[in-house]
Amino acid sequence: MWEYSDKVREHFFQPRNSGPLEDANGIGDVGSIQCGDALRLMLKVEPETDVILDAHFQTFGCGSAIASSSALTEMVKGKTLDEALTISNQDIADFLDGLPPEKMHCSVMGREALQAAIANYRGEVWSDDHEEGALICKCFAIDAVMIEDVIKANGLNTVEEVTFYTKAGGGCAACHEGIEEILAKVKSDNPGMGETSPPAACPATPEAPKPPTKKLSIVEKIAKIQAVLESVRPMLQRDHGDVELADVQGKKIYVHLKGACSGCMMEAATLGGIQQKMIETLGELVQVLPSSHMPVEA
Amino acid sequence: MKPIYLDNNATTRVDPAVVDAMLPFFTEHFGNASSIHAFGSEVGKALKKARSQVQALLGAEHDSEIIFTSCGTESDSTAILSALKAQPDRNTVITTNVEHPAILTLCDWLEKEGYIVHKLKVDKKGRIDMDEYKSLLHDRVAIVSAMWANNETGTIFPVVEMAELAAAKGIMFHTDAVQAVGKIPIDLKNTKIDMLSLSGHKLHAPKGIGVLYLRRGCRFRPLLRGGHQERGRRAGTENSASIVGLGMACELAMQKMEFENTEVRRLRDKLEKGILNQITHCFATGDVSNRLPNTSNIAFEYIEGEGILMLLNKVGIAGSSGSACTSGSLEPSHVMRAMGIPYTAAHGTIRFSLSVYNTEEEIDRVIAAVPPIVAQLRKLSPYWTDKGPATNPEAAFAPTYA
Ligand SMILES: Cc1ncc(COP(=O)(O)O)c(C=O)c1O
Repeated sequence: MWEYSDKVREHFFQPRNSGPLEDANGIGDVGSIQCGDALRLMLKVEPETDVILDAHFQTFGCGSAIASSSALTEMVKGKTLDEALTISNQDIADFLDGLPPEKMHCSVMGREALQAAIANYRGEVWSDDHEEGALICKCFAIDAVMIEDVIKANGLNTVEEVTFYTKAGGGCAACHEGIEEILAKVKSDNPGMGETSPPAACPATPEAPKPPTKKLSIVEKIAKIQAVLESVRPMLQRDHGDVELADVQGKKIYVHLKGACSGCMMEAATLGGIQQKMIETLGELVQVLPSSHMPVEA
Repeated sequence: MKPIYLDNNATTRVDPAVVDAMLPFFTEHFGNASSIHAFGSEVGKALKKARSQVQALLGAEHDSEIIFTSCGTESDSTAILSALKAQPDRNTVITTNVEHPAILTLCDWLEKEGYIVHKLKVDKKGRIDMDEYKSLLHDRVAIVSAMWANNETGTIFPVVEMAELAAAKGIMFHTDAVQAVGKIPIDLKNTKIDMLSLSGHKLHAPKGIGVLYLRRGCRFRPLLRGGHQERGRRAGTENSASIVGLGMACELAMQKMEFENTEVRRLRDKLEKGILNQITHCFATGDVSNRLPNTSNIAFEYIEGEGILMLLNKVGIAGSSGSACTSGSLEPSHVMRAMGIPYTAAHGTIRFSLSVYNTEEEIDRVIAAVPPIVAQLRKLSPYWTDKGPATNPEAAFAPTYA
């Protein structure tokens, strides 16, 4: 079984504030029975002061899910809503003297339930902004969805690159095969431009890019970069967009995305696709960024 | 209070008689069986005896059909890889989707290497469809590998009949009998099974010793090449103490076979009935009319297995669960999913697996301990109300996003 802290065990064996709360005025439901974790957080908020007078939970889930829920109810009681919203999932884990990496999602669920319950009280709609996949890298607690998103957004090709961007695979190396599989899957799902990939975060800068195999002169390099842009242009034009080279600064290639491409949901994915082609063509790790990210000249 | 161990499908206690048999082989008879001197020849004799003890339990025709390995996993890998290497013109493996990871993970990797793997589906009770099986037997199939008994539910596959069908088409047949050996009678010489895996630690021998049974005449390629041990079929100096222990364990299992299938079965049935009768919304999984005598796997709806295990552990009862949380994945056990057990229940499956050491008093204690634990967790569950499950659990619990 897992190595749970005494605090986790205690909150599991003697959960605080469990069961329905009759006069709750803020209720947050997160999770589902399919994924094996579901949490309902019930808050009783004093309208005049916004202070949380009472908090209860009902949880379907493993020991640490129940312990995280119990901890959360203890943490929020007596706080104002704004104070409560500053509680992070790490705070919940810390309150319990830590959770095993595989179980960090339990604390994330607690934080989400809190956001949902407060939104419910305020009459707002809360939407889940994170999706979770199977845990791939246990050393750094990185899941499959996160790895896939980063691969797509940055056009990554090797386990090494994935490690630079996400840390996944940087520990015991047991997950290298798993990362290779995700790389292969992204490649086969997305042979071209990544038009179908979800909107992804702005590409991050790798900490230690791989050295180029053979050094290109700057003229050769720019010619190759232009050729890549030419090759993707028809695809972009089909979607009423266009791309143009703005500048090359070392390993960073800045482009103007124009027309329908600029600012669209797919911008990051489009850049990721271009970046992947650049890396293949140039044989070195480069980053493709929108021209808006160009450092302003002093 | 003395802890109660009901996780014998995970591993078993080494029988004290097995330990006694092994001890001289650490300090006294420590020689290498290959050596000419007296230190070695004592060991050689002991290995021969152990081989015949294993042979007897399996009902093998020749003692040379017994190859000692390091574990069940090694035996499984050796069998399947050997069949593929020895028959390069055959590229297909047939197995089932409820095998142990020792088979399934290997098969997933073989698929990546370009081999074709057919995984037979199972029905609600974990039974395969023999017509589907027959339709898949063709001349590109290198090997069929089907487990004799399932580790999670105890469900028994008709491997003797499956082996006949494979043999009729000239196809090799392997069975992972890690859970079956020692619990149900096996008589290999009267079957068409070509290869069988067993693992010592499931039958009161130590961990780290296994056997691959290899029918005489079956084409073979070793996994480990090196010295001439095991007639060159599995190189590496013999784990003599463990081999002696396994031999003794096999002899004891022979003697206790009757007891296992009467008394252990009775206790298992009593346990299962005692739990099912006291608790609503729970059911036994697998093919309850055709399973190992020691295994009961019960799905408790609307609660999650890890919590049950932790509370059981607190009162000194050891079981195991197919829930996602205990396996480190986000999905409940592949066996439960293969049987189509609904998610409302699959996360709350608990396996109780008995051994000949369990007593009536222990079983009575477990029957008394389980209902309050289930009630306690259901009280915490958003899918459960005072009156039973929320009428429509999915709708009653409605996340704001979906
Ligand atoms: C059906 C089955 N096959 C294979 C194995 C693996 O055996 P070992 O632990 O000896 O490698 C197990 C044990 O967990 C098992 O239950």
